[in-house]
Amino acid sequence: MAANETAKDEQAAADFTLAELCIAAAARAWAADGELLASGLGTAPRLAAGLAWLTLNPDLMMTDSECMLVGEPVPPGPRGDYRLKVEGWLPFRAIFDLIAGGRRHAMTMPTQIDRYGGTNISVIGDYTRPKVALLGVRGIPGNTINHPCSFFIPSHSTRSFVESVDMLSGVSYDPSRWPAGARREFHDYRLVVSNLAVLDFNGNDEAGIKTMRLVSTHPGVSVEQVQEATGFELALADNIVETPAPTAEQLAVLRDRLDPHNLRATVFPPAKSSAAKKG
Amino acid sequence: MTTAEVVGQLTDGMTLGIGGWGARRKPMALVREILRSPLTDLTLVSYGGPDVGLLCAAGRVRRLVFGFVTLDVIALDAHFRRARQAGDFEITEIDEGMFQWGLRAAAMRLPFLPTRAGLATDVQARNPELKTISSPYDDGETLLAMPALRLDAALVHVDQADSRGNGQVLGPDPYFDDLFCAAADQAYLSCERITTADEMLEDGCVHSMLINRSQVSGVVEVPLGAHPTGCSPSYGIDAAHLKEYSAAAADEQAWGAYRERYLDVDHAAYIKNAGGRDHITAIPSTIY
Repeated sequence: MAANETAKDEQAAADFTLAELCIAAAARAWAADGELLASGLGTAPRLAAGLAWLTLNPDLMMTDSECMLVGEPVPPGPRGDYRLKVEGWLPFRAIFDLIAGGRRHAMTMPTQIDRYGGTNISVIGDYTRPKVALLGVRGIPGNTINHPCSFFIPSHSTRSFVESVDMLSGVSYDPSRWPAGARREFHDYRLVVSNLAVLDFNGNDEAGIKTMRLVSTHPGVSVEQVQEATGFELALADNIVETPAPTAEQLAVLRDRLDPHNLRATVFPPAKSSAAKKG
Repeated sequence: MTTAEVVGQLTDGMTLGIGGWGARRKPMALVREILRSPLTDLTLVSYGGPDVGLLCAAGRVRRLVFGFVTLDVIALDAHFRRARQAGDFEITEIDEGMFQWGLRAAAMRLPFLPTRAGLATDVQARNPELKTISSPYDDGETLLAMPALRLDAALVHVDQADSRGNGQVLGPDPYFDDLFCAAADQAYLSCERITTADEMLEDGCVHSMLINRSQVSGVVEVPLGAHPTGCSPSYGIDAAHLKEYSAAAADEQAWGAYRERYLDVDHAAYIKNAGGRDHITAIPSTIY
C-alpha cells in the first residue's frame, strides 16, 4: 500500500505551543514504517502516533491503549459518547508475540538515556538500595532488542541525558554491552524528541559506534543550549535546522480530533515550557 | 472453599504467583486474607500492582520476581517503592515477556525457553543466574535461556467459575491467569460468582472460558474480590481508594489506620468500609 505519500505542502502554522511542535516532530518517527503497530506510551507519544497515522502514514495500526485494535486513533481522556471503532483484539499475550515478531515501533519516555541510546526506567542510584525506585524494566528489554523504538523526553537536562544510565533497561549501541553471537539487526533507534531539540542516532563516536546526534533545535533554542543540557558530547548533523513548525492541517487534526480534552497542555510542566514558545 | 481455607493451604517460604496485571483483576480478597494470616517469607511472582505493595508493606516478601509494579491510575506504588528503596527484599527484575516465557516453560515442564529479551541489558547483568544458550542450528544465535518460573501456588481472580474449577474471564484481556494456573502445583481461583458452565456460556462466548479444572485446586466465591483493582466489566479500578492506599505509605500512623479499616477486617466489613457494593459496582470500567 502507498504508505508514505508526501505530506501536503501546506504553509506552516504561525501559532502553536511547544507541545504541539514536539508532537508534530515526534509523529515523523513513524512516517516511513509501513504497516505496523504504532505504540505511543504517554500522552505526547500517543498523540504523536495518532498524528502520524492521520497525516503521514495511513497504514499504521494502533490500539485503544488497552487491548483492542482500532480503526482510528482514540482521543485520550474521558470518552463521553465516543464509540471505539474496534477492528481486532490484541491482549498482552498477543502484543508480546507481535513484539518478538518485530511489527511494532514504540515511543516511550525513559527517565535516563545515554549517548548510545541505552535507557533506564528501573531505579535511580544504587541498584540494591536505590534512591528512587521507578516502575521496573517493564517490556523495555524485549522492545528495544526486537523492533524500532523512539523516545520522548519532556525535560532535557544532564539528569535525563546522562553519560551512563543507572540501570540499563533498554539495549544500547555500545557493542561492549552485547554478548557474542546475539542478533543485533532488529535493534533500531529512530528519534529522540525533547523539549529542546530533535535528535537521532546517526552520529558516530571515535570507534565508529552509533551515537545520538542533534538534528534540529526548537525555535529560540541554540545548539550550545542543547549541548549544555546534555550529559555527554552530542554528534552534530551537518546542517542543524530549526525544528519544522506543525502544518495547519496537523494542528487542526491534533486540536480538533486527536486531543479534544487538550491533554497536550499537560505534556510540559508550565515553568519549563518557556524556552521555545513561539508566538 | 473459604478464603481462609485457601490461605491455609499455603506455607511459609512458598513461591507464590499472583494473577492479574497492575491494578487489574488482582485476587485482592485472598491477598488481604494472607495479611490476616502469619504466612511469610514468600517469593512473589507477579505483574505487580497493589498485591505486591501490600505484601511488601506487611513484610511478607523475601524475594520479588517482577517486571514492574504499577497502580495503573497512579504510575508508581508507594508501598513497593518504600520497601524497594529500603532494600527490604531480594529482587529478580526481568522483562515482562521473559516473565511470560518463564511461566510458559513451567507450564510445559521445560527447563527454559529461549528469548532475545533481556540480552545486552542490566537484566542479564543483575541476574547472573540467567544463562545464555547458542542455537544448535546453523544460525548459532546467542539467546537468553529464560528458566521456568515454577510456582508452588497461584492465586487468580476471575469473573465466574464452576465448583470444579472451570474458570471464565469476561473482561477484555485475560492477562496471563491461565498460565499462572498451569505453572503452579496448586492454583486457587477466587471469583465473583460460582455458577455452572451452562450459565457461563450465557454470559460470554466459549473463548472466555480460559481456565480448565485440571489446573485448579480450589475455588472460592468472593464477590468484589478484586477491589480496589478493577474487574471489568463488573467494576473499574477504584482510583479514590488507591489514592487512600498510597497515602497510607506516608508513615506508621497512616499505615496503621489503613490496616485497621481495610485489612484487619473480614471481607464483608472491608466492602462496607470501602463504600459498599453499590458504590463499587458503579465504578465504570477504567479507560486507558
